[in-house]
Amino acid sequence: MKPVLALLTLAIGAVLSAAPARAVDLSIVSGDTGNGIKVLREILDRYEKVSGNKVSIVVLPPSTTDQFGLYRLWLAAGNSDIDVYQTDVIWAPQLASQLVDLTQATKDVVGAHFPSIIQSQTVNDRLVALPIFTDAPALYYRKDLLDKYGAKVPATWKELAGTAKLVMDKERAAGNKDIWGFVFQGNAYEGLTCNALEWVMSSGGGRIVEPDGTISVDNPNAAAALDMVRGWIGTISPPGVLAYQEEESRGVWQTGNAVFMRNWPYAYALGNSQASPIKGKFDVAPLPAGAGEGARPVATLGGWNLAVSKYSKHPDAAIGLVKFIASPQMQKYRTLKTSNLPTIQALYDDPDIARQQPIVPRWKQIFLNAVPRPSATVKIKYNEASSEFWTAVHNTLSGEGSAADNLADLQARLSKLKGKGW
Amino acid sequence: MSVVAPARHSPLMARRVRSAWLFLAPMLLVLAAVAGWPLIRTVYFSFTDASLADLDARRFVGFDNYFSVLRLPSGRVIYDGLLADPVWWSAVWNTVRFAAISVTCETILGMIVALVLNASFPGRGIVRAAVLIPWAIPTIVSAKMWQWMLNDQFGIINVVLVNLGLIDHKIAWTASADTAMAAVLIVDIWKTTPFMALLILAALQMLPREIIEVARLDGANPWQIFWRVTLPLIRPAVTVAVIFRALDALRIFDLIYVLTPNNVHTKSMSVFTRENLFEFDKFAYGSAASTLFFLILALLTIAYIRIGRISLDGGR
Repeated sequence: MKPVLALLTLAIGAVLSAAPARAVDLSIVSGDTGNGIKVLREILDRYEKVSGNKVSIVVLPPSTTDQFGLYRLWLAAGNSDIDVYQTDVIWAPQLASQLVDLTQATKDVVGAHFPSIIQSQTVNDRLVALPIFTDAPALYYRKDLLDKYGAKVPATWKELAGTAKLVMDKERAAGNKDIWGFVFQGNAYEGLTCNALEWVMSSGGGRIVEPDGTISVDNPNAAAALDMVRGWIGTISPPGVLAYQEEESRGVWQTGNAVFMRNWPYAYALGNSQASPIKGKFDVAPLPAGAGEGARPVATLGGWNLAVSKYSKHPDAAIGLVKFIASPQMQKYRTLKTSNLPTIQALYDDPDIARQQPIVPRWKQIFLNAVPRPSATVKIKYNEASSEFWTAVHNTLSGEGSAADNLADLQARLSKLKGKGW
Repeated sequence: MSVVAPARHSPLMARRVRSAWLFLAPMLLVLAAVAGWPLIRTVYFSFTDASLADLDARRFVGFDNYFSVLRLPSGRVIYDGLLADPVWWSAVWNTVRFAAISVTCETILGMIVALVLNASFPGRGIVRAAVLIPWAIPTIVSAKMWQWMLNDQFGIINVVLVNLGLIDHKIAWTASADTAMAAVLIVDIWKTTPFMALLILAALQMLPREIIEVARLDGANPWQIFWRVTLPLIRPAVTVAVIFRALDALRIFDLIYVLTPNNVHTKSMSVFTRENLFEFDKFAYGSAASTLFFLILALLTIAYIRIGRISLDGGR
């Protein structure tokens, strides 16, 4: 491992030093989830060695909703302090006009990435961000507890609720009184849109806004899915789940207080880290399917990319930095440390990754079948549409109004937002 | 003022007025630059359809962001704009409710704390300093700290309450609709009571001791002394403190943003405004909300000053 990396570092160094450039100071902005910032710093340290440039990280809160607000504000103000933005997969259409077109500069490397991801970051034939990792959620389950009570890994949401209740009740009776059945991301923010899209679509309730622009969310299957989740709150899921984002649910899960968790792959490496109380006691499975017609397991597509600000004073150096972080070597390094899914196709056959982060090769099919949120359809109105959706879901889950009423109301609000067209 | 009034037209007075303006000019210029100009810009944007993605492409749309009526061919009439937006009105109601409850509690608690600190007892200096600590902690830090204390699984508040037998199961303070506002109020009251206590304590210390002595000699009990003597005398100071606090409470943002972001039950006017300005593609709509927010604040303040009959120029 070590000599290979050293060799790679040398090779990359040779490529970078061939370009005549003076050392510059760059800034990259990124949200802070799990050990992501620590690993980013390690990658940047390597970049600094080979390029001679200095890079500082501007750290933001983990909520993607919060990050977007700041990005928009800084970009609108023409802020030149930030050179590179780490962007969510859904943001490309909303921020495109203020980002540098990377098409020419990345011609030599985009072929190694999955075409669908490159496509998601291409707006009006301009590639506005280069992917560094992709995301598709998993159902985390406690292998030890399921074995103890002879339960199977659930394939449907109904089985999940049944198993969660069974294990939770027996564990509580045995004195483990803080344990809960299932934790997910129920706070009113973008993460709830991801979770709820999975419940609704896996139950045959459509994808909120269909690719042709039709608003489809007001239907009995969607309402049944939300009613089902409403039934979990306070029974198999803690009432506080309505305020959980990724890290709060991981907090409950990783302290051993949940039988099941819905979360992104990053929680895999952290759950198996040295100090983790559940190290080696859990495994992952695809998310369950719903009942009803057209039911199938659905995973929402996530993923993060790097974009260069139009207002950067050193766009060339910034593009170099983006290419460095997105390179196969650095993606492999990141994946080994964080179990984030790489966007380079070849890495799914990498023996080191398969050995150290077995979730990664197993997740290739799941992420290839993952469903994107309707951001490409709804374009610049996506954030507001998503906010309307998560508010309707959050209201339903906290018991305000029935699912059917809230969805009918949501349908009307989205129609109004759509106006003559998205 | 009355002393110098007869000399108003003397050359000396004219020179003094001129130099007064000269001294005030830098401050007025700075105020115009940092407060006046942004305010005018915001009002201006609220009459356009500006988008943060491209500010220069804005068009003038009149009052559409505030109120517009759309007649569909089907004969249905749709009311649009801020004044017809239920989310905005719920934000207004949340803010006013928050301000009323928090300022009332803070005034009463602050009064009690101030009366206690006004008495002399050993170690008073240390207690006075200790009381100020919540006020000295930056809001973001205290909000984050309380978020952990209020956490439904690991939070110390739930653990203490369960162990004391006051509640039988852990409460998800910031998640549920019933307790989210209560959680925000608890943190705000904890944080700002010291501010009220400090202002009231300052007023109490200005009181001439003799008046209280006299009242006591005349046989008034402590309760009567408080209601008949102390309170009327410190009322002007308390009123000013309440105005400061109310203005501060009406623009509540940071606490809610950290504790219960995006939760419709605690969404305040500033949270609503920020969301529309930066998160949604509705810069102009957010500017309209901002303008209305300013008007509401101004109206409430004027109303309060009128009702409280206080004059800010120092006269009684």
